[in-house]
Amino acid sequence: MRILGMRGLAIAAGLALASLGGVAGQAAPASQAAATAPDTGAAGAAPQAAAGPAGVSNTAPTSAAAPATANPSSPALAEDGGYAMAPTPGVGQPTPGTVGLQPQVTKNGVFAHWMHNAILMPTITAVSLLVLALLFWVVFRYRRAANPVPSKTSHNTVIEIIWTLAPVIILVLIAVPSIGLLSAQFKPAPAGAVTIKAIGNQWYWTYQYPDNGGFEVTANMLKEAKDVGAGERARTDADGPRLLATDNRIVLPVGVPIRLITTANDVIHSWAVPAFWIKLDAIPGRLNETSFTIDKPGLYFGQCSELCGARHAFMPIAVQAVSPAQFAAWVRAKGGSMPTPGQASDKVIPQPGADGSAAKVEEAAETANATGPVENVTTAAPATTQGATSNPAGAGNAGL
Amino acid sequence: MTDTALNPSAFVAHDAHAHHHDADHKPGFFARWFMSTNHKDIGTLYLIFAIVAGIIGGSVSGLMRAELAEPGIQYLQGWAGMLHGGSASLDESLHLWNVLITAHGLIMVFFMVMPAMVGGFGNWFVPIMIGAPDMAFPRMNNVSFWLLIPAFTLLLASPFFGGAGNGWTLYAPLSTYGEPGPSTDMAILALHLAGASSILGAINFITTIFNMRAPGMTLHKMPLFVWSMLVTAFLLLLALPVLAAAITMLLTDRNFGTTFFDPAGGGDPVLYQHLFWFFGHPEVYIMILPGFGIVSQIISTFSRKPVFGYLGMAYAMVAIGVVGFVVWAHHMFTTGLSVNTKMYFTAATMVIAVPTGIKIFSWIATMWGGSMSFKTPMVWSIGFIFMFTVGGVTGVVLANGGIDDYMQDTYYVVAHFHYVLSLGAVFSLFAGFYYWFPKMSGKMYNEFLGQLHFWVFFIGVNVMFFPMHFLGLQGMPRRYPDYPDAYAHWNYVATVGYMIMAAGMAIFFVNLIWSLIAGKKAADNPWGEGATTLEWTISSPPPYHQFETLPKID
Repeated sequence: MRILGMRGLAIAAGLALASLGGVAGQAAPASQAAATAPDTGAAGAAPQAAAGPAGVSNTAPTSAAAPATANPSSPALAEDGGYAMAPTPGVGQPTPGTVGLQPQVTKNGVFAHWMHNAILMPTITAVSLLVLALLFWVVFRYRRAANPVPSKTSHNTVIEIIWTLAPVIILVLIAVPSIGLLSAQFKPAPAGAVTIKAIGNQWYWTYQYPDNGGFEVTANMLKEAKDVGAGERARTDADGPRLLATDNRIVLPVGVPIRLITTANDVIHSWAVPAFWIKLDAIPGRLNETSFTIDKPGLYFGQCSELCGARHAFMPIAVQAVSPAQFAAWVRAKGGSMPTPGQASDKVIPQPGADGSAAKVEEAAETANATGPVENVTTAAPATTQGATSNPAGAGNAGL
Repeated sequence: MTDTALNPSAFVAHDAHAHHHDADHKPGFFARWFMSTNHKDIGTLYLIFAIVAGIIGGSVSGLMRAELAEPGIQYLQGWAGMLHGGSASLDESLHLWNVLITAHGLIMVFFMVMPAMVGGFGNWFVPIMIGAPDMAFPRMNNVSFWLLIPAFTLLLASPFFGGAGNGWTLYAPLSTYGEPGPSTDMAILALHLAGASSILGAINFITTIFNMRAPGMTLHKMPLFVWSMLVTAFLLLLALPVLAAAITMLLTDRNFGTTFFDPAGGGDPVLYQHLFWFFGHPEVYIMILPGFGIVSQIISTFSRKPVFGYLGMAYAMVAIGVVGFVVWAHHMFTTGLSVNTKMYFTAATMVIAVPTGIKIFSWIATMWGGSMSFKTPMVWSIGFIFMFTVGGVTGVVLANGGIDDYMQDTYYVVAHFHYVLSLGAVFSLFAGFYYWFPKMSGKMYNEFLGQLHFWVFFIGVNVMFFPMHFLGLQGMPRRYPDYPDAYAHWNYVATVGYMIMAAGMAIFFVNLIWSLIAGKKAADNPWGEGATTLEWTISSPPPYHQFETLPKID
């Protein structure tokens, strides 16, 4: 892990030099990304905006390279809208040898993280230590040598009531924030939310952006260099850790509510990204929905979390969270479009228990603004289904 | 007993020349062990069966921990090659992983813990503890046991027909159109037979406990182990038919074109999960409640003090049993339940912590003021109390529907249920085994080896399962044969823990064999004045038919 960090630094340094020297060609957009990231509200994202070298980016021949380079405000993406972002150790992925939760980058995630670390962990640790201390005490005090004659006590109504009521009170105190967390998690996505539909397949994910022209992205796990044939793309450290990197990342905007819809084509899968505190089963014949807002740009990994057959462990999830402007550029690069406010898809979808208060409308207006430049739908390219990988086996088959 | 009673002439003839050892008349080997109607012999068969199944299920987990010791696929391909007679593709090896996790779960739940708890100790000691000569339906008792043999055979044979790789939960549609071939059908039939066996057993226990208590043995005087078996029997009776329905629907979906769980025909995969967990959650109490009963007896015996708050203890088990039926969907928090459903199941699940807390504190209060000796059964019981507490409090964490979005299907869940089962139920099984071994065999176990077994096993399972909390908190999903390199450290530690645990098990088997061959003769009551239940009033081992004259309880 330390080695990985060093490598990240080296890449960042190299990029800085490259941008200073004004090196032309493929590296330029990526290095500009590093420079412009803070401007687009990507505070603290500098080390993430590392490399998207042309050699590893997944350039599908059908994608147009032009839009991304034509728009100077969205250079963080490679020409196909692929990644100009390298993983950051300790963020959005597991850290070796640690004992705690992954850092959270959504509001509900931070809430839940707090609830676990500040309420649940101290409570259960205290209860366990109390029981342990009582056990040590009785074992020491009431061993036969210390207490040869046992007492005959077998009832004490007062103490029985106490140890019935005390847990009740503790549980009620836990339940209060727990219920609050649940209602926060079930707050429906407001107007202006970006909708992404994650479809589980054996054993890869496809993603659709129904409000952005309905284009589709297929994400296969990237295999190790030793496991791929000649000419096939293998994982590099810039793609992400082993078993977590995908050939196509899904790109989502930061600061904009995301409406996640999951379903599946064959068996049950589960779409999970620990850094978002999101896990939602993808069930054939059902549409499950949840929403979240990513607060920090970065690269966040997750894995399928419902047993789905042989390659259950080999269908990871990689989310690249970028600024709304960069997201818009990526959408355009994928042949999609940004929706015009007021379109049907922008309406708040009513949910049981949701109320349409003024605050929500205001919030919706804010988020609509935050989505950045709205594209003219008429100029959008037709929706394309991009080929998954350069693997000869084709889409959705990593050929393991 | 029933044999002779049903045949008066034989009884008379027999009575005439062998009156003095009438109670100890045993049939020949085949009739005794294959056509048994004796609750103690059937209990012994169950215990032997559970030990064999435990060895197999434990070995399977050894294969799993070996594979998980390091990142990457180490051995699966070799094992799959052995199974397929040659070489195996990567997909076949990965499927073998799913077969292993499925086998481990099913074997440990249905063929190790349940037979040992209910069939083994339940059969042996429920009739004795209530002062009954035998179970109410001795032949049905025998059927219950012998149904397990074809069930286990079916399950063990299934890997040779492709292998059932659905997980012990057999979620549709992975278990319907997701897995062709006869293996999953074999596993389903195995569960059907094991379930039928348990239902018959449950009917037997309920009838026995309600109708065959000795004069004066009121329900409120029954030992807590009998109470625990009564509650367990009701859980079995009410929960297992639901499992039977669910897996029958799986069978017809698989073979006869129904679409109960297939959305293409209007079915719903989540329906299966509701049915499964309506059985599955009571099932976890089926596995732990008899353990509660065993531990209650042992704590009382070795503290030389009656159980503190007896009625509270008995009705806490009843409460756990009842509430256990209305919390099932906490296993399904990520399936897209509505917010109100999640809130209800969060609250209801937390309620279970209250009667469980009553039990923990009552055990400690039983020891409080006692005069404790730390024989092997007692150290296992004290270990049980602490380990079950640790497993229980992580259950409170998981009960929170909002928190569970992160924990669901991670190693945190694996750690949780192994703390309550592998360190809870299994600790109570060992406690009960050491406690009743002198009664069952007539020989004393080796105290030093018993203590050594406890400490090695205790360290081993904690080294194995505690780091799994850390893996889960870092997000490692369950049922993965290979994992990102960041999870390597704690996985390695867990595998080391397995090896320590395995050494502990070796000590157990040495002790078992040594004690059976060369153990000292056990007294009728080796535990002294604290052992007040009826099994300590009869000889060690008990006569073939005990209580020809019913004892009177005052």
